[in-house]
Amino acid sequence: MTSSQMPLLRIDQVAKSFGKTRAVDGVSLDIKENEFFALLGPSGCGKTTLLRMLAGFETLDGGKILISGKDISPLPPEKRPLNLMFQSYALFPHMSVRQNLNYGLEMERLPRKTIRRRVDETLASTDLTTLADRKPDQLSGGQKQRVALARALVKRPRVLLLDEPLGALDKKLRERMQLELKRLQHEAGITFIIVTHDQEEALVMADRMAILKDGKLLQAGTPEQIYEEPADRFVANFIGIMNFLDGEIDGTHTFVVDGSRHRVSVKHGPRKAVLAVRPEHVSITESADGLGVIITDVAYHGLDRVLHARTSSSGQALQLRLSAAEGQKYATGQAIKLAFNADKCRIY
Amino acid sequence: MSFNAAKPNLLAAPAVIWLAVFMVLPCVLILVYAFFERGMFGGIEYNFTLDNFKRVVDPLYAKIFLNSARIALTATFFAIMVGYPAAYAIARAPQRWQPILLFFAVLPFWSNYLIRTYAWIVLLNREGLLNNLLRWLGYTGEPLSMLYTEGAVITGLVYNYLPFVILAIYSTLSRLNPELMEASRDLGAGAVRTFIRVTLPLTLPGVAAGGVFVFVLSIGNFVTPALLGGGRFQMIGNLVYDQFLTANDWPFGAALGMTLISVMIVLLMIQARATSHASGERGSREDA
Amino acid sequence: MHSGALTSRIILVLVFGFLYLPIAVLVALSFNESGLPTSWSGFSTKWYMSLAVNAEILHATWNTFVVAIFATLISTVLGTMLALGMEARRRKSNTLEALAFAPMVIPDIVLAVALLSLLSRLNITLGLHTIVLSHVIFDLAFVCSVVRARLKSFDYSLVEASRDLGASGWTSFWRITFPVILPAIIAGGLLAFTLSVDEFIIAFFTAGAGRSSITLPMQIYSMIRFGVTPEINALATLVMGLSATILLISQWLNREQKA
Repeated sequence: MTSSQMPLLRIDQVAKSFGKTRAVDGVSLDIKENEFFALLGPSGCGKTTLLRMLAGFETLDGGKILISGKDISPLPPEKRPLNLMFQSYALFPHMSVRQNLNYGLEMERLPRKTIRRRVDETLASTDLTTLADRKPDQLSGGQKQRVALARALVKRPRVLLLDEPLGALDKKLRERMQLELKRLQHEAGITFIIVTHDQEEALVMADRMAILKDGKLLQAGTPEQIYEEPADRFVANFIGIMNFLDGEIDGTHTFVVDGSRHRVSVKHGPRKAVLAVRPEHVSITESADGLGVIITDVAYHGLDRVLHARTSSSGQALQLRLSAAEGQKYATGQAIKLAFNADKCRIY
Repeated sequence: MSFNAAKPNLLAAPAVIWLAVFMVLPCVLILVYAFFERGMFGGIEYNFTLDNFKRVVDPLYAKIFLNSARIALTATFFAIMVGYPAAYAIARAPQRWQPILLFFAVLPFWSNYLIRTYAWIVLLNREGLLNNLLRWLGYTGEPLSMLYTEGAVITGLVYNYLPFVILAIYSTLSRLNPELMEASRDLGAGAVRTFIRVTLPLTLPGVAAGGVFVFVLSIGNFVTPALLGGGRFQMIGNLVYDQFLTANDWPFGAALGMTLISVMIVLLMIQARATSHASGERGSREDA
Repeated sequence: MHSGALTSRIILVLVFGFLYLPIAVLVALSFNESGLPTSWSGFSTKWYMSLAVNAEILHATWNTFVVAIFATLISTVLGTMLALGMEARRRKSNTLEALAFAPMVIPDIVLAVALLSLLSRLNITLGLHTIVLSHVIFDLAFVCSVVRARLKSFDYSLVEASRDLGASGWTSFWRITFPVILPAIIAGGLLAFTLSVDEFIIAFFTAGAGRSSITLPMQIYSMIRFGVTPEINALATLVMGLSATILLISQWLNREQKA
């Protein structure tokens, strides 16, 4: 990750409009070699359009796409060194699994022996060898997904694009496949770019990720960076669970809400502000400076208990996490005081 | 799934009876006739004989059968050659336009085919439109006799059944997942190879359905060869017509008719078998 | 990609040109004063006028409509019942499927001579009634196919809801199912009507001798065969116009429910 190393894929001020709507609005990203990258955002944020532009199925209205410094924007899909795994899998129904895998290599005009060898290898690494002669309509959902993946991987692209690859799978299978995909990416040494709307999935799988909304890039970074230091209110709300409190910053390192004063690590103001803090960074305190709240619900989550509360004065809702044992001490209707971890608070 | 209290078979009964009496029974009747002899002054002599069928395979008539088949096959070929690009073009049009385009493509099919065939007489006549057009463009030779040629018959047949082919092929095309074509291109195939390896095989059922229909309808058609062929091109349809109305040899006409139906049934069965095979009737099995 | 769109457009223009040129020619000729394709001598509706007073043609038209209306009524009822019967079954019956499909593929010349054989065997006099009998055969097949298509996409849970609310099977049918499939029934009926109006061969064979039961297509055929007058262009235009209108209405009815 040295700065002198050229990014494998550079997306440079890329834009696309459909009629009056700006689907992708000046997005720039650098994606590295051998990286698992996630494009995350709510529906309609432009992530799928961006992916299709990378694959070559949408033309660019502005900007460039460069692979190893070379501009691939004018190239048609069949000439790009990227491969796309479709959300609907798009397996050729009239071909067997093996034939589906052969297809891409036949297009490269490789000798038949080489094709056979590569396809056998890929079938083995995706655990599909026994299914090689089946047709798509004889496969389960999970199997189809592996075939779609294998078909793209066998071509050894420089970048593999995956469009909501786990969307159609049930929960248990999804969790298994998340780890599978990570393993495959690591073994193959290929850059994976995955598009998803599921933020948990992105956090688990990605080395780095980007959040998009309404066609714009809001933040890019490691999952940890994005989780701990969300750039704006939307990102803070989108990733994980976040508490938001309306109050004021008084010009020093102090946030004031409902008369209680809380130390924060940044200096702002004086102005109205929103304090954002994750439930795990909220604690119960006896101090006079604590924020007064009434507990509205105690939710049991097996490993821990989540206390839901409302501030006594302004009625704002928030939640905090306690261990199951700790949480048992509290009940609905109880009045308590809360404090926040100064370093972990964000001000917007 | 019952739509009301009455048994399903009861509902279907009237129609079934009607069809049994007025469609199945007549066909059985002429099948029977085919095995009997023609009477002295027309009518039937009830002597069992296979002569009629022997006449059918007689070189004279066999030639007519083969000729009909050849003409029908040519018409089918051209109908598909013209119909496929048209269906493809409609399927590529903007979504809103497709139903409209399809409607207008199919509309001629529903109008009277006598009239449509007659229109070609007007066009191809020696004093017809095309000849007049040529003269207007400067041609000074003998007017081309395009009518009463085999080409005219084929053109008439293609014209009559083209809308149906377009409809059949369009149905299959429009149900194709467009991502399949995209996947093919993503894997490295250009537009042409994508068409040959992916689009074409997957639309073959539609082409087959359209093709079989056109062939079957063409081979039994008698109006088009009669009007556009001027009686010079005997097809099976004309033969049957003659036997029943002119030569008064009903048994022989029946034998010809039966042969025609048999050919048709065989073709339809082959097509049905081939289609269900291609679409993979083996269901998907859910493995863990 | 853009050249592809241009090719598509050219193909469509050529194909539609091919399909509609003959029709356009007939329509143009019907308004041509001279009635001949050799020259355009001015716009005129005289051929339409002479049609209106042509007794033979009027008679044939009347016959055609009588036949079509009766055939449509009977076939609509039978075809709808057949469709309901087929869709209500738990398992597909191959015999029924074949039976419902056969009228559409059987070469009409074969059906025509077969019918003639049967009718003459039973010594039934031929006339308009025998034409109606014969037309019902393929008319009901088409009605059945149109109504079945609608039934396939019918949400049966509506009927279940109706019964849950206390309605009997019979009531549920009339108040829930029937209104939903009615447009398809009408569309099928209109289709059957058009087919009957246009049908030639079977009518030709089952009408019998004599001019009393001649239908319009038969009349047109003899005009083409034995003596073409320019009136035929006007007649053709009117008949095509009628078919087109009926088809438009039928399509519009059937389209409404796809939403």
